[in-house]
Amino acid sequence: MKKFDKERVLLAVAGPVIALVAAIVLTSVVLIASGKSPIEPYVLMLQQAGYSDVQVLIINQASMYYLAALAVAIGFRMNLFNIGVDGQYRLAAVITAVVGAHLALPSFLQIPVLLLVGMLTGALWSGIAGVLKVTRGVSEVVATIMLNSIATALIGYLTLSDVWGVQVGNNMTTGTMHKSGWFPGIDLGADVGEIYGLVFLAVAMGIVYWIVLNRTRFGFDLRATGESETAAAASGVDAKKMVLTAMLISGAVAGLSGLPLLLGDSHTYSLSFPTGLGFTGITIALLGRNNPVGIAFAALLIAFLDKASPALDYATPVAYEKEIATIMQGLIVFAVVISYEAVRQWGLRRQQKRVGAELAAAAAALNNSEKKEVAAR
Amino acid sequence: MRRVSRIAVAGVATAALAVTVSACGSSSSESAGQGKNLGLALAYDVGGKGDQSFNDAATAGLEKADKEFGYKSTAVEPQDGESDADKVQRLETLAKQGYNPVIGVGFAYAPAVKEVAAKYPKTTFGIVDDDTIKAKNVADLVFHEEQASYLAGVAAAKATKSNVVGFIGGVDVPLIHKFEAGFKQGVQDTKKGVTVKSQYLTETAAEGGFSSPDKGENAANGQIDAGADIIYAAAGLSGQGVIKAASTHKIWAIGVDSDQYKQAALAKYKDAIFTSAMKDVAGAVYNLAKSVKDGKPETGEVRASLATGGVSLSDSNPAFKNNAEVQAAVKKAEEAIKNGTIKVKTS
Repeated sequence: MKKFDKERVLLAVAGPVIALVAAIVLTSVVLIASGKSPIEPYVLMLQQAGYSDVQVLIINQASMYYLAALAVAIGFRMNLFNIGVDGQYRLAAVITAVVGAHLALPSFLQIPVLLLVGMLTGALWSGIAGVLKVTRGVSEVVATIMLNSIATALIGYLTLSDVWGVQVGNNMTTGTMHKSGWFPGIDLGADVGEIYGLVFLAVAMGIVYWIVLNRTRFGFDLRATGESETAAAASGVDAKKMVLTAMLISGAVAGLSGLPLLLGDSHTYSLSFPTGLGFTGITIALLGRNNPVGIAFAALLIAFLDKASPALDYATPVAYEKEIATIMQGLIVFAVVISYEAVRQWGLRRQQKRVGAELAAAAAALNNSEKKEVAAR
Repeated sequence: MRRVSRIAVAGVATAALAVTVSACGSSSSESAGQGKNLGLALAYDVGGKGDQSFNDAATAGLEKADKEFGYKSTAVEPQDGESDADKVQRLETLAKQGYNPVIGVGFAYAPAVKEVAAKYPKTTFGIVDDDTIKAKNVADLVFHEEQASYLAGVAAAKATKSNVVGFIGGVDVPLIHKFEAGFKQGVQDTKKGVTVKSQYLTETAAEGGFSSPDKGENAANGQIDAGADIIYAAAGLSGQGVIKAASTHKIWAIGVDSDQYKQAALAKYKDAIFTSAMKDVAGAVYNLAKSVKDGKPETGEVRASLATGGVSLSDSNPAFKNNAEVQAAVKKAEEAIKNGTIKVKTS
């Protein structure tokens, strides 16, 4: 195992902590400017986190955020900006829902098939951007943004009633999935709710992500290509193949991120299926510094802001706007980007200073006793 | 091997921790206060307050009930990207706090209303624009939008000179298809050879089809270029852009949901608003609150039609009211729909 490096931990933690503190301070400024208590909203929200039903909502939401953020992070590690996670997970959810409604296998086959369908659909959609990038040099940012819009149009077509759509009242759904494809959750009682079973898939994916990136040849190649394409190419890595593979894996993970809800609760894709998960995933991957544990904390934090803030609307005697949480999320993104850069530069300066001091010390030692050999550092 | 097992232990421990953490603490609805009836509660769908249309109409009903019954009602907005579980929690909190009735504004609330209504049998729930929930304490507040749209079609067919009329829908969903179907049928039954140009602004509500006046204006300009001289907009806030474009090009627009001729935000363009196909969400919300107040809560499907007055065509623009030919045709169609000789299609 690696040695515990205080310097590295300090630098890694400083960024997010500074960002959070800055976001809270700035949000408080907004609260004071609008003549409200700058403390009570936080108290109210923390209080919410103590309730078990809110905790269930937070964990369920965080599992979806976590998968979406992992998908984004895989791209980031490779220096690829996959903005298309949003389109990938929505399309994957639709196709999975359709397959789940029309295919009836026993559970032990049905669920793996559904997961596979979700992953393949996501990979197919991100793969288009990957192929365009390696063959034609199209920026994956542009391609994935466009693919998001195309996915929306395609979903509109697939959910027409003469394709796969089933109208329920005024809502358009893909029909209810067969029960064998429902993933059992942990039921904590009627008052509390149910934790999606696929929360554990999210945890497992985090572990797999860490192992693959840090303990395999492939992960090393991926990180190396992300750091410097030319250096990686010189050491025998096929950069084009890496770009395509990273895109495919990113899309496959993205394809999973809507499934905790689909298999665990809604059992159909409808007009009210949540959108925008992919974009929140970008925030979370940034905040978590592409680190599986960091992303987990970031996902829980954002999910907490989402789920605890509605209570602000019902607060007595003074109600607060729950948009406070939205403001905070926006400020966190800003603060994260700025503080990471600041911390990076601060770290560089510290390093330079230390190296300078060591060199000076070494030079002095050399002058003092010329016979002694200087160990290269 | 050793490392893998350690990771496995860590994973299991995290999972176990997650479960135990969530098992502790009471649920938020358990600890909420309970007391007398606080009034009615509205839970909005995405779009929320200030859309000058559907959601605001519901708010108007709430304000009327507040004034008459001395209620202190509340209205809560949703968040982007929420799921049914969040809606369930919202409705549950409102019911537990003592609001009665609790109304979900928009069909997206249907699964949540179904679930929460079963848990709170003493509270009356309302759901706007959905007729799939059948329970003793649930009132499905639905509308024959296609009937008012049919009349709008009749008026448009009578008023057009270019024989091209336009329909602009906010989002391409079944609910808005009803507006289009009624409008088209009304045009075709009234005057042969009139073309109806149809356009939807977006595929999903998240893209802003109900909330982007600029999108409405662009679409309207396109239809005007194609020769349309009267455009019916069923597009929420985006309809304002349509009305603006109509006013600029001196053609007619037909408004939707409330009487848009009378809206302050549209006062500048009101002369271009021929009429509006009204959907009385305010009335439906108020009536449900009143029925609860009177101790005889509405239940089952409460469908507003031309016959009940819940949908209608407004006549506040003198240019429309004093046009005898149009009025005669509209009155005739209205009678025919009421007595059943005209059946209006819904898709």
